[in-house]
Amino acid sequence: MKRYSAFSIFREALRNNSGWQRAWAAPEPKAQYDIVIVGAGGHGLATAYYLARNHGIANVAVLEKGWLGGGNTGRNTTVIRSNYLQDPSAAIYEKSRSLYETLSQDLNMNIMFSPRGVMMLAQTEHEVRGYKRTAQANALQGVATEFIPPARVRELCPIIRIDGPRYPVLGALWQPRAGTARHDAVAWGYARACSAMGIDIIERCEVTAIRSNAGQVAGVETTRGAISCGKLALVVAGHSGHLAEMAGFRLPIESVALQALVSEPIKPCLDVVVMANTVHGYMSQSDKGEMVIGGGADGYNNYTQRGSFHHVEETVRSLIETFPMLSRLKMLRQWGGIVDMTGDRSPILSKTPLGGCYVNCGWGTGGFKAIPGSGWAMAELLAKGHSPLAEAFGLDRFREGRFIDESVAAGVAH
Amino acid sequence: MLILTCPCCGIKADETELAPGGEAHIKRHGPGSSDAEFEAYLFTRANPRGVHFERWRHAYGCGKWFLAARATDTLEVFGTYPATSTAVPDAILSRIRARRPDWIKPDRIKPA
Ligand SMILES: Cc1cc2nc3c(=O)[nH]c(=O)nc-3n(C[C@H](O)[C@H](O)[C@H](O)COP(=O)(O)OP(=O)(O)OC[C@H]3O[C@@H](n4cnc5c(N)ncnc54)[C@H](O)[C@@H]3O)c2cc1C
Ligand SMILES: [Zn+2]
Repeated sequence: MKRYSAFSIFREALRNNSGWQRAWAAPEPKAQYDIVIVGAGGHGLATAYYLARNHGIANVAVLEKGWLGGGNTGRNTTVIRSNYLQDPSAAIYEKSRSLYETLSQDLNMNIMFSPRGVMMLAQTEHEVRGYKRTAQANALQGVATEFIPPARVRELCPIIRIDGPRYPVLGALWQPRAGTARHDAVAWGYARACSAMGIDIIERCEVTAIRSNAGQVAGVETTRGAISCGKLALVVAGHSGHLAEMAGFRLPIESVALQALVSEPIKPCLDVVVMANTVHGYMSQSDKGEMVIGGGADGYNNYTQRGSFHHVEETVRSLIETFPMLSRLKMLRQWGGIVDMTGDRSPILSKTPLGGCYVNCGWGTGGFKAIPGSGWAMAELLAKGHSPLAEAFGLDRFREGRFIDESVAAGVAH
Repeated sequence: MLILTCPCCGIKADETELAPGGEAHIKRHGPGSSDAEFEAYLFTRANPRGVHFERWRHAYGCGKWFLAARATDTLEVFGTYPATSTAVPDAILSRIRARRPDWIKPDRIKPA
């Protein structure tokens, strides 16, 4: 594989862009792999990448029913942050955020990580107290955040209405090294690096059944034939319940639609990410100038990748209260993704009742930020059978009552 | 927009009038039950891509609970029925089978 560089852009400019190679190969599936990963979203691809890079396991296939990155990885609003309250969440999300810092260099693909800072507005007294507590917890965890007063909020984000009648801005939790990245590039970058290490990425290959033998996974049936494997990892986000059913068990997961929308492009006016959890809305401005807005999740199970209109209306209505200048903006596009919500709103990285079958799911509304860290931990779990980062996120926590008391995947996209 | 007919008051209500209440027909196990049974009651969900049975409340109408049969992959509604039903009524089952001949009532799936 040829490396991408400033020189390669220059060279290709001189020869009519005739020398670019395919970013990843399109192999026929083999009959057998050591590990089969179902789902070529960010989490599945990152798992494959770290299996080869950190553990030397490259006889791996990533099976994708549609096109790579076409699930939630290509539908999210790309907020990356790690300002969580509980230690297990802070550990895996901060690992992830710190991997994002050098991901462009590691993958030799510009994933456009932009640590522009994330500001979570406190608009009620409860939020002020909650975010101050989080800032203290973050200090102990080694995650750089601080609670900032309203004057500093206005300085960082002049278009905000600080003294709104219903929800005045009372301060904010500020993480300066949080931000955004280009979602497609993250999927493409991992795919390209995986392919270069000999991992097979097989698109348009839907898993339709899971074969097992005496309680041990044996392989999968797919639309491109049967494939046997030593270990199986289900990394299919909203489809986790569906795949678990094929494997013969149930998960503490429900799949619901989550929406986002973007406005027409306007001149630069917002250079941080702002989240307003009380009014269920958050926003950033893309490099093209569009305002990228995350909406609320539906309350009922849905696999159609379409959400309800009234959520869009609610989101926009509440954002306008905090950002009055948005009121005249036209919205360009709206879309939905199917997110996997667990019983305690924290992710699951775990072995399952079927031997050799592992799941990585439950990232719900907030797993884009977790892609590198989750892939890192999942690869370790598959290779060694345990991983310190994944420890707290096992399925047995639901039976034992060891929930993670933190809505990491709350009702809104972020 | 999802529209369900409330079997209590007969109104065709759109989803802004309704509050979703999650999976229906979940058994709450009593004293002496195992941890696994209680886990199943609290957290383990069917979450099918297809026919699903749910609890709903006519929150901004008559305020009563009812049950609905719905397809999560097409948003088709097969019907609603009273919250007091301990099993899916035959009329609803035959409507589902008429629309989806391959559908198998998923009793066989054991909780994790
Ligand atoms: C509108 C929206 C906004 C969001 N905003 C944010 C945000 O700002 N920040 C953040 O951190 N997170 C956000 N998220 C959440 C984030 O997108 C997800 O948590 C994350 O992308 C999940 O990645 P994944 O790889 O697990 O799943 P996916 O990217 O969904 O990949 C799963 C893949 O599995 C494939 N698959 C399913 N079934 C099968 C089968 N039977 N056989 C083969 N393949 C199969 C699917 O086609 C899919 O490509 C948002 C989500 C949505 C929907
Ligand atoms: Zn009613």
